[in-house]
Amino acid sequence: MSNATSDNETVHRVSFLDRESVNIPILKILQADGTVYDNAVMPVIDEALAHRIYDTCVFTRVLDERMLGAQRQGRISFYMTCTGEEASIIGSTASLDDGDVILAQYREHAAIRYRGFTTEQFMNQLFSNEKDLGKGRQMPIHYGSAELNYQTISSPLATQIPQATGVGYSFKMQGKRNIAICYFGEGAASEGDFHAGLNMAAVLKSPTIFFCRNNGYAISTPTSEQYCGNGIASRGPGYGIHTIRVDGNDMLAVLAATQQARAYAVENHSPVLIEAMTYRLGAHSSSDDPSGYRSKDEEAKWQQHDPVKRFKLWMINKGWLTESQDAEMYERYRKEILAELKVAEKLPMSMLDTIIEDVYDTPPPRLKQQLKDLKKHLKKYPDSYPNSKGRL
Amino acid sequence: MAEINMLQAINDALSIALESDENSILFGEDVGHFGGVFRATSGLQDKFGRDRCFNTPLTEQGIAGFANGLASNGMVAIAEIQFADYIFPAFDQIVNETAKFRYRSGNEFNVGGVTFRTPYGGGIAGGHYHSQSPEAYFTHTAGLKVVVPRNAYQAKGLLLASIRDPNPVIFFEPKRLYRANIAEVPDGDYEIELGKAEVVRQGSDITLVAWGAQVEIIEKAADMAAKKGISCEIVDLRTLSPWDVDTLAASVKKTGRLLINHEAPLTGGFAGEISATIQEECFLHLESPIARVCGLDTPYPLIHEKEYMPDALKTFEAIKATVNF
Ligand SMILES: Cc1ncc(C[n+]2csc(CCOP(=O)(O)OP(=O)(O)O)c2C)c(N)n1
Repeated sequence: MSNATSDNETVHRVSFLDRESVNIPILKILQADGTVYDNAVMPVIDEALAHRIYDTCVFTRVLDERMLGAQRQGRISFYMTCTGEEASIIGSTASLDDGDVILAQYREHAAIRYRGFTTEQFMNQLFSNEKDLGKGRQMPIHYGSAELNYQTISSPLATQIPQATGVGYSFKMQGKRNIAICYFGEGAASEGDFHAGLNMAAVLKSPTIFFCRNNGYAISTPTSEQYCGNGIASRGPGYGIHTIRVDGNDMLAVLAATQQARAYAVENHSPVLIEAMTYRLGAHSSSDDPSGYRSKDEEAKWQQHDPVKRFKLWMINKGWLTESQDAEMYERYRKEILAELKVAEKLPMSMLDTIIEDVYDTPPPRLKQQLKDLKKHLKKYPDSYPNSKGRL
Repeated sequence: MAEINMLQAINDALSIALESDENSILFGEDVGHFGGVFRATSGLQDKFGRDRCFNTPLTEQGIAGFANGLASNGMVAIAEIQFADYIFPAFDQIVNETAKFRYRSGNEFNVGGVTFRTPYGGGIAGGHYHSQSPEAYFTHTAGLKVVVPRNAYQAKGLLLASIRDPNPVIFFEPKRLYRANIAEVPDGDYEIELGKAEVVRQGSDITLVAWGAQVEIIEKAADMAAKKGISCEIVDLRTLSPWDVDTLAASVKKTGRLLINHEAPLTGGFAGEISATIQEECFLHLESPIARVCGLDTPYPLIHEKEYMPDALKTFEAIKATVNF
């Protein structure tokens, strides 16, 4: 069945398919008031999992609020929040095995937190200090940890998508029951790498979950100027990929969809595409001002769909959380983050020698010579290079 | 004449280009209503409408290919690549297509109407994905012109010349000068000829050459050298491809020494090309080896950005070493 035309219905009058020909339902389980839709099929979740999820939500909210504040005070140079998209990110990560590899875009710090990235590790990366796992080489928010199977973020958009296909395929070759999951925005889905990655995954049968956070904007560009089809999900069947669209602000819907997507990917050695319909509640980044391209009314409307509040209400309804416990969690994280921030911002930067490390496995002679010349220069003018002064 | 910054000068040039040729179209990521992430295209959609100034989907490969298609059919395509670091997804369209359209078709078709504008360079704490100077990849490709302005006045005149040049141009904008450089810029339409270097300062002991944001750096180094009694001649190349060998060679014949400064890594950088050519042209006039002060052969670092930069102090040291060779 390599060419499906023989199975097709035939018609004898010209008739085109268009965007309305593709009807994609959206999975919703949890309602705004924290109750579950009648007849909704629940994901697998118990009290412990719910707490781990909610804990990650609270941590992420506090981190975003604090670090955006720290950026405004000039303590860090740049920041990006995932505010509004916590359910998409945490619900999906919580459905995975710890051995599954995460390839994120940049707005998915909740995922690495869920895996166990410590507050201290966050601060070390954000302040580019000598304890940062990435050795202070990348801008803030470019986290990564081999131990947590979270590949380090790369800024060029969509490059992680075909890479995820390769990671997934490697699990198949290694005979492991693991998958790759790849996060990206609906903007990044316009890049050539998206199409290449999905097509290869389908053809090569790579166990990979492609998780699109459709949050309405790519910097200032609204989805209406990004694509004309029926969202990103409509492309899945076009590539022959198992596809689902979920309410990205509904923790239980994301959890259910990703749990089943993972099971399917592992059993069938096949990719799955998930499109989570959500909204970027914050600015694109700390350098962006959304008032130039969207209305306060629109933002206010989406505040009503806050995914963290919705999940909290569900936890309260279940008797798993109280308002005072909730307030205590926020308070605890505010204190913890502030304390770690104060430690991290005082730590020095990596030694100058790291400037030539990791370019290759070992620095070639030419690079060693460049470092030697540089050091000689810096010793002559220490005051002009405060970061390396006295630390060569 | 008004005192404006480089972004305003670019905005002004784009406005004049769209006004003076109704076949011209401006597009790229976020350039529409929002005016681009650096605001270089502010207000242009309001002025020229959504058909002529618009946001594209997020695909540099698509933007470049689309520009080629437009230009191959008689339009003037002015495309913004949001950061020069993100020009690489468009590399195939630019290097294999834009550059070779005319050659491979025996001039049946050409895409001379294409101009890619893109912010380049470091010094803004942007780390390795918001700081690169990728000009050498493009100067290595026959069929492209590569232009880099150093101030607001040049940005306007060179951009207008680039847009109207019958060859495809990559126009690298030094983003660290976007708001920092304020200059007197004529109100009306004017062009600065492509392919011509500018002697910015006369001198007798050594020629310093750079382009874009680094011209300011060699000027500072020349000031430091002047205090030591060394007289530097300063040349701004302005166009890297095709570059003005004659002007630079004449200067080196006069001073007998050359120092080249660029931000991109040393190995394979454009300084190597300049150095080899000047060595051929001026061999008997050279009194010391040609010096290169460039970025290190590493990706662009974040925390050690200051150390990495081919700054004025490093240039000053190299001037002294060259003069005292
Ligand atoms: C190849 C490339 N082009 C452009 C950029 C600049 N850029 C950074 S984020 C962004 C928008 C991304 O939008 P989307 O994928 O929808 O994700 P969101 O920010 O909405 O989460 C752009 C254009 C980049 N990082 N990489």
